[in-house]
Amino acid sequence: MPKLDFGPPDFHAMLPPVIKRNYGQWRYHEILKPGLLKHVAESGEALFTVRAGTPRLLNTDSVRRIADLADKYCDGYVRFTSRHNLEFLISDESRVEPLLAELKKFNIPVGGTGNSMSSIVHTQGWIHCHTPATDASGVVKAVMDELFQHYTHMDLPAKLKVAMACCLNMCGAVHCSDIAILGVHRTPPKVDHEALARGCEVPTVVASCPTAALRPNPRLKSVDVVEERCMYCGNCFTMCPAMKIMDGEHDGISIWVGGKVGNARTAPMFSKLAIPFLPNNPPRWPEVVDAVKNIVDVWAAHAIKGERVGEWINRVGWERFFELTGLPFTDKHVDDFIFSVPSFRSSTQFKW
Amino acid sequence: MAINKHEMPDSETPRLDELEKGPWPSFVTEMREAAGKKPAARDLMRQLEKSYGEKVGHWKHGGIVGVKGYGGGVIGRYSDSPEEFPGVREFHTLRVNQPSGWFYTSKALRQLCDVWDKHGSGLTNFHGSTGDVILLGAPTGNLQACFDDLSDIGFDLGGSGGDLRTPSACVGPARCEFANFDTLDACQKVTMAFQDELHRPQWPYKFKVKISGCPNDCVAAQARADFSLIGTWRDTLRIDQEAVKAYAAQGMDIRGEVCDHCPTRALSWDDAQKQLNLVAEDCVRCMHCINKMPRAIRPGVQKGATVLIGGKATILRSAFLSWVLVPFIKVEPPYTELLDLLRRITDWWADNAKSRERIGELIYRVGMRTFLDGVGLPAVPQMVKEPRANPYIFWRSEEVK
Repeated sequence: MPKLDFGPPDFHAMLPPVIKRNYGQWRYHEILKPGLLKHVAESGEALFTVRAGTPRLLNTDSVRRIADLADKYCDGYVRFTSRHNLEFLISDESRVEPLLAELKKFNIPVGGTGNSMSSIVHTQGWIHCHTPATDASGVVKAVMDELFQHYTHMDLPAKLKVAMACCLNMCGAVHCSDIAILGVHRTPPKVDHEALARGCEVPTVVASCPTAALRPNPRLKSVDVVEERCMYCGNCFTMCPAMKIMDGEHDGISIWVGGKVGNARTAPMFSKLAIPFLPNNPPRWPEVVDAVKNIVDVWAAHAIKGERVGEWINRVGWERFFELTGLPFTDKHVDDFIFSVPSFRSSTQFKW
Repeated sequence: MAINKHEMPDSETPRLDELEKGPWPSFVTEMREAAGKKPAARDLMRQLEKSYGEKVGHWKHGGIVGVKGYGGGVIGRYSDSPEEFPGVREFHTLRVNQPSGWFYTSKALRQLCDVWDKHGSGLTNFHGSTGDVILLGAPTGNLQACFDDLSDIGFDLGGSGGDLRTPSACVGPARCEFANFDTLDACQKVTMAFQDELHRPQWPYKFKVKISGCPNDCVAAQARADFSLIGTWRDTLRIDQEAVKAYAAQGMDIRGEVCDHCPTRALSWDDAQKQLNLVAEDCVRCMHCINKMPRAIRPGVQKGATVLIGGKATILRSAFLSWVLVPFIKVEPPYTELLDLLRRITDWWADNAKSRERIGELIYRVGMRTFLDGVGLPAVPQMVKEPRANPYIFWRSEEVK
């Protein structure tokens, strides 16, 4: 029997000596160039951080290569960020350029700092999830290939956080991102009555629906879907595998903009709907890539320095956002769920 | 990262091969390299290629698997086409609790790889969105042995299902001058204090704890954590006017880049004196000026955190950003006040929530008043943007005697 409940390894054992020496004593930092940070401690000691992009999905040989780089340049220590970036922590400045050269040799991009685009936080998609409306890794790869220069260059008005989730469960918490790519279902679940009667509890399935679109069907010991009430959230499928929600023909992707976490300047904000539907078009999702690029380009051209996407839109107005991006505004953009009313314009102040 | 060989004349995966092109590191290259050694990784690619053709996933729904003594930490995953892809007939995920702040030694990384090469597909995520190391794909029969070996190298499983999900923290005092408390240690101590709740689902639904050292909130606690702990300070900003002058001398537009973005106009720029003036009581500690001028402006010295409650993504009744519950709390070892508060909150939620009701949704259903009563906290103005505008005020019977 193995030990139980011993918890994660003590992080102290994972900290490089330069951090142990200056723990809690950092004085300031500067961004020397894209992907290279310098932190200076009260002691005067400096720590150089090289931030690098990963595909998040790594094989063990790749992880061992990262460990080798950590040994060669960073005294055997490395960390990851909350956005799947790698950070090499270097105490000896003379090792910075050799590491950058080696990363370049391996085609590992360096960047994601300051007014650049960081890595896309994302979910599993078709690789490992049972409810996805799209893939995640493929969309992310296609978008990052297109926007690559914004990762390696700090050429944007402010930081840009893009996130991707492949269904409304939003394992990636995309709902507060500058740009969110979200997989959506658009058709009600198809009920496998036999499987439902065999494997699920009818009251539990009925109760799982937030719009009361499920009705018991006592004859079949199953449920019926009131299709016009269903908004395809997939919660019933999470509760019961007989409520088939995936639909290869009609599933796809929606685009949301203007969210942020963090309290700098403005309060955290949700991302709002920009494009209700784009088709799943693997392997490179050109419609999604073009849509994201268009929004980034329009923001970069019109925002003033320091404005996140949502801050820019709030200044110029959503009317102007739709005009500048050329995106059509539709009835899909008007909220019709339970918290809709505060999003309606209760003022005569608007733009044309 | 994986080495892209690009030699696929009669490839089984023509669609995926397209994603080996382009400058961003390719997950397909990662899979292909693993596929050379592991039939599971090869069949994962083949099944994914099929998904790329049909535009649907090929995983069955769930399935309960696990290791002895725990109820969570392993996600069951079965292919819906096991005859076609026998290597992923059973392809379960282990969530492995990361070290606070995602710091690793090269030795620890290699040990994880050795265990995973022995028992699983050789594919990982560094990391899952919640923060765990994700070991992607092992057959049912290998799970216990894999956990036994993980246990031997000092890695425990993370959360899944109706339990405490693996807490995570920003880099904090390890490498950030903005940290207002020791996020890494607090994360470790919270994780250790709730091991039973983390490993054995006994709650109505998931419960997420995320810990950020300052209001920049680098782990997105406010967007996703039921219990968000965000560093702040009670006293005033510390401004080094000499360093301010140095930024000005370097050509920084301090009025435009700093003062004009100050949300309460607490800061103003005196161009004649090259001095930054602060109306201290108007500062809401948003971090903007500190972010822009870290050499010149620092948080105060009375440091601690704000506790916010109720953050979550959309499912089921809409997304909530977590809101202020305790405006200021000291976060220092042994963290008695913090752990006691967290325990009171989770106990109240576990006693009152319906199945699959996050704490934010429960509070929305029963009201903040009931929640505050339940956990013994006072109502304070910092909790709201504005007082209520509707007259439906509840009174307790003893209040109207």
